Amino acid sequence: MSLRTSLKALPTLLRIGFAEAVAFRAEMIVWVFATTMPLIMLALWSAVARTAPVGRFGQGEFVGYFLAAFCVRQITSCWVAWMLSYEVKQGTLAMRLLRPISPLLAYATDVLAGIPLRLLVVAPVLAVSLYVVGARAVPASPGGWGMFLVSLVGGWLITFYLNVLLGTLSLYMESSQKLMDIYMVLFFVCSGYMFPVEFFPAGLRTFIDLLPFRYQMGLPVELMTGAHATGEALGLLAKQWAWVAGLGVVATLVWRRGLARFAAFGG
Amino acid sequence: MKLKRYLRLLGVQLKASGLLALQYRADFLAEGLSSVAWTFTALAPLFVVFGDRPSLEGWSFHESLLVVGWFTLLQGVLEGAISPSLTGVVEHIRKGTLDFVLLKPADAQFLVSTQRFLPWRAMNVLSGIGLFTYAFVSLGRWPSFPGLLASLVLLGTSVLLLYSLWILVVSAAFFVVKVDNLTYLFTSIFDAARWPSSVFRGALAMVFTFVIPLALMTTFPALAMLGRLPWTWLVGAVAGSVVFAWVARRVWLLSIRHYTSASS
Repeated sequence: MSLRTSLKALPTLLRIGFAEAVAFRAEMIVWVFATTMPLIMLALWSAVARTAPVGRFGQGEFVGYFLAAFCVRQITSCWVAWMLSYEVKQGTLAMRLLRPISPLLAYATDVLAGIPLRLLVVAPVLAVSLYVVGARAVPASPGGWGMFLVSLVGGWLITFYLNVLLGTLSLYMESSQKLMDIYMVLFFVCSGYMFPVEFFPAGLRTFIDLLPFRYQMGLPVELMTGAHATGEALGLLAKQWAWVAGLGVVATLVWRRGLARFAAFGG
Repeated sequence: MKLKRYLRLLGVQLKASGLLALQYRADFLAEGLSSVAWTFTALAPLFVVFGDRPSLEGWSFHESLLVVGWFTLLQGVLEGAISPSLTGVVEHIRKGTLDFVLLKPADAQFLVSTQRFLPWRAMNVLSGIGLFTYAFVSLGRWPSFPGLLASLVLLGTSVLLLYSLWILVVSAAFFVVKVDNLTYLFTSIFDAARWPSSVFRGALAMVFTFVIPLALMTTFPALAMLGRLPWTWLVGAVAGSVVFAWVARRVWLLSIRHYTSASS
């Protein structure tokens, strides 16, 4: 499993992943429909803002925020936890382990290869957002774009590592389904997916800032809609990447130790 | 007697699920705790919305709690009685083992819909009732008797609608092969039922009343409890849900015909 063989296999893996994504495009459409919650929340918050703005959010700001949330969700979504726990339960993880490439890399490329198709969904939504909200829907400067892209990569990595961590737990316990449910609820509420995190009362806010969720979704969305000044944004990015590094180490460790416990059917 | 035979079959299926549930008694506690935690977390957006203003589109905080209560209760019905069985159908279709169900001398839809119940998952029903109680205590009044009766009728129509929607989603599995995330799709669409339907305007309002009748499922019974539901709406809801169930049955029969098993 050397780095070189992995790198050499990477383009092929991505190509296979892309071909699979195209073959199962219907599944992607189902998935896109399943992630329309930002649009529902947009309808709700527009109703709230109809009489008076909420904080700095009027109806226009909500449109920008939730359409950005929809786009970020499309690009950073990850289903590795479900795949992993399914493969552990079915015993098919054994097949992956036989290959001379880390299963984690295979999962990652599987998710990454779906992104080009997802961009096809994102593009029209982004266009609508630009039409309705104007230039504020996207970062104003090249620097802003840079920070947004860095936060997007960071958000993707946090989501991926959390997924690996949750999926790996199914190697330790009989069913990690419950934990995944809890993760989803926490993600929905704490990440800025259902409402901007700044709506939390001040005390809760500091706590939410310490959790990884808001860096998965809230931060990229805020950077996309230009909610932060440069200094503040850099500070938040630093926190995000601290989570990336921390989760990366923990997820890899838990994964390695968990594999030692893995016993496929017949093994 | 056909009905009697099916009732007996239902009894057998229920008993099998019940025995299975009794084996995992510890789940009772886990499910109960997670139900309470889930309910509270699900209230967070409500607190955020109403922290800012006293009413939203004619709904006060405690009145909206009734809608959330119905949402939670139906979620319990969904997770305890509807989705465990129907998730199994998707698996059957993918593996081609649906053949074994189709071969049995009973209606296939009945068999797949009753194959699995998870009683512990129904804890949400209790959480929902808890929310009703809290909401009415805070409102300082109790629902009228006809209101309560109407909401019970609507409970029936809501469950029927929920079940029919699930049948429609499962029918999609016959046409789209790789659909692991159907359950997820369903729960995320159902999630919009958490809010009083009057917040949705225009096209969304039409969709949530007539196409995916979420408004009928949670907002109508809450209105009935408050005694604000016109009689015509009640009649409309009952008629609508019967039509919906009939359409779902037709689609199911069509889809079954489309099923080609794994090897052919």
